[in-house]
Amino acid sequence: MSEGRFARWFDARGWPLLLIGAPYLWLVVLFLLPFLIVVGMSVATNTATAPPFSFGGEHPWINWDPFTRVVTDGLYLRAFLTSILNAFVAMIFCLLIGYPMALGLTRVSKSWRNILLMLVILPFWTSFLLRVYAWMGLMGKNSWFNGMLTDAWNFLVPLDWAVKSIPMMHTNFAVVLVMVYTYLPFMILPLYASLERLDPNLDEAAMDLGSRPYRVFLDVTLPQSVPGMVAGGMLVFIPAAGELVIPTLVGNASQPMIGKIIQDEFGQARDWPMASAVAVALLILMVVPTMIYSHYQAKAEGSK
Amino acid sequence: MTTPDAAAFLRIEGVSKTFGHFQAVKDVNLTVGKGEIFSLLGGSGCGKTTLLRMLAGFEEPTSGRIFLDGRDMAGVPPWERPVHMMFQSYAIFPHMTVEANVGYGLKHEKSWTKAQRAARVAEMLDLVQLTQFAKRKPHQISGGQRQRVALARALARQPKLLLLDEPLAALDKKLREHTQFELMSIQERTGVTFIVVTHDQEEAMTLSDRVAVMDKGEVKQIGSPTEIYEFPASKFVAGFIGSVNSFDATVTGREKPHLRLKVPALGIEVTARDVPGVVEGQKVTLAVRPEKIRLSKDRPEGGNAVQGHVKDLAYFGKDSLYRIRLGDTLIQAHAVNARRGDEGSRVADWDDAVWLAFDPASAIVLVE
Repeated sequence: MSEGRFARWFDARGWPLLLIGAPYLWLVVLFLLPFLIVVGMSVATNTATAPPFSFGGEHPWINWDPFTRVVTDGLYLRAFLTSILNAFVAMIFCLLIGYPMALGLTRVSKSWRNILLMLVILPFWTSFLLRVYAWMGLMGKNSWFNGMLTDAWNFLVPLDWAVKSIPMMHTNFAVVLVMVYTYLPFMILPLYASLERLDPNLDEAAMDLGSRPYRVFLDVTLPQSVPGMVAGGMLVFIPAAGELVIPTLVGNASQPMIGKIIQDEFGQARDWPMASAVAVALLILMVVPTMIYSHYQAKAEGSK
Repeated sequence: MTTPDAAAFLRIEGVSKTFGHFQAVKDVNLTVGKGEIFSLLGGSGCGKTTLLRMLAGFEEPTSGRIFLDGRDMAGVPPWERPVHMMFQSYAIFPHMTVEANVGYGLKHEKSWTKAQRAARVAEMLDLVQLTQFAKRKPHQISGGQRQRVALARALARQPKLLLLDEPLAALDKKLREHTQFELMSIQERTGVTFIVVTHDQEEAMTLSDRVAVMDKGEVKQIGSPTEIYEFPASKFVAGFIGSVNSFDATVTGREKPHLRLKVPALGIEVTARDVPGVVEGQKVTLAVRPEKIRLSKDRPEGGNAVQGHVKDLAYFGKDSLYRIRLGDTLIQAHAVNARRGDEGSRVADWDDAVWLAFDPASAIVLVE
């Protein structure tokens, strides 16, 4: 009887609990706990031990120095600025390129739509590193791609401005270019999802009430796709700001992005508290605007 | 009501529409007078919505022409047509307030000042009694209110033609009846010509000045609701509008102003209203509406009368539906329960023998 009671409890309550609990467990074990460890480390003191930090004893329990350096040392501030700028420009270009593509996806026939969606996702099937190396090849001084752009540049500008090759590699331009290329699908997919939900009758209604197609777009399509734009924008901006591989491979070493700083602090400098403080600062920088947005979003939806 | 020929405000001339191999609309000709409420009535896939979309400009006719107030509409895009539509789904902009929705059509009208626009929006909101909901978002109002927003929005720009796609379909029964009268009164006050698309015959009958019954892309009959109901031109129309008893018949003779028919299913000769063009010996269909059949215990005098047995009867309160067996034939008769009474007071009960009678004027002879 007790067995039956447990089975009944499990069917009624246990299953739902398990299903709801699984993702939370995942988050706690694989995100919250590690993050708390990082937060803990960020207020520790750097020592020549292994691991290279300690609390208490001759050191203070809470050491705010790493955070003080994050907000005062120009190295970190410049790195944050470079990261945010690069990520922001990449996000804007992803939006400008991705929006028409997402809109196009909603306007083609079903069979075409599936093929085109496949094509959007297709690059993921090749190794990310391989694709970055391909771009390095294209942007290098001796590549046909750079040569072609150089010829075009030299043809268009006065002789004095002529160059042997266009300096693309090891610039922020290269970082943004490769980030746009890499993160474009993350912009297109949420945008497509939000545009696809729009009622085509609304477009017709606007047209019927005297709006030309470009007006219909501005009045009806664009405002309703804001959530999709925000979702896509965050999916591009957040990983782009913390990007490590792309700036390391194609970026300007004298203008490091924040990911590179964290890596250097952990690796070469062996200053784990400093690395943790930078990581926590980056997270706060990313999470706070997101939370503000979702707060207002929830408020707007709460009034429904 | 305006006579159609006098005004011919909207003229549809030989309009056809083909999608691939499918002919959605076949050679439709009709005229609608100014200020008329005109319904396109038919089942799904009969071409009524395609015809409406051609009036709105969302589709171009494959052949034929549409004139509105004397102007050829060919090639005129939807945003330049003085035609507005109330969509079946209402298509209200979810990100705008009620007020902004109603004013949308005026928003980009350069010839209107801001004050004029605001005044017009207020007037429209007043017309549909939504003034107090002006600042609400569409998801904060009810379905019936959304429908009125859609109506106000479509009327705000003073269209020459208002297209209503299944205007009452999404409303519940109580609200439907109310809205029906409201639509009619708004039409009267604004004087705008209404074209209503509906699959609901009752909606078409009560709303419209005239109805076009459509089937498989063709217009089967155009006429006032009374004409369509009392004088259907074909078996399809008779069957589509209301219910009908129909029997195969042969014309046996003509005694002005009546026709004599042999109706094997009834086993009698029937006298019916004369139809021009019918000749002796021709095979026709006799149609009689259930409510035109009188039931009695005793043989009635004169008219067309025949005796049968009650197979089923359904009591609806205000009336009863009888199904009467006559050999292999089942005949429906609707009897109004005019007198209050108990079980025993009805004309006939299950398995009772009963006389059915109908006037020659109620006997419809259909050739098609």
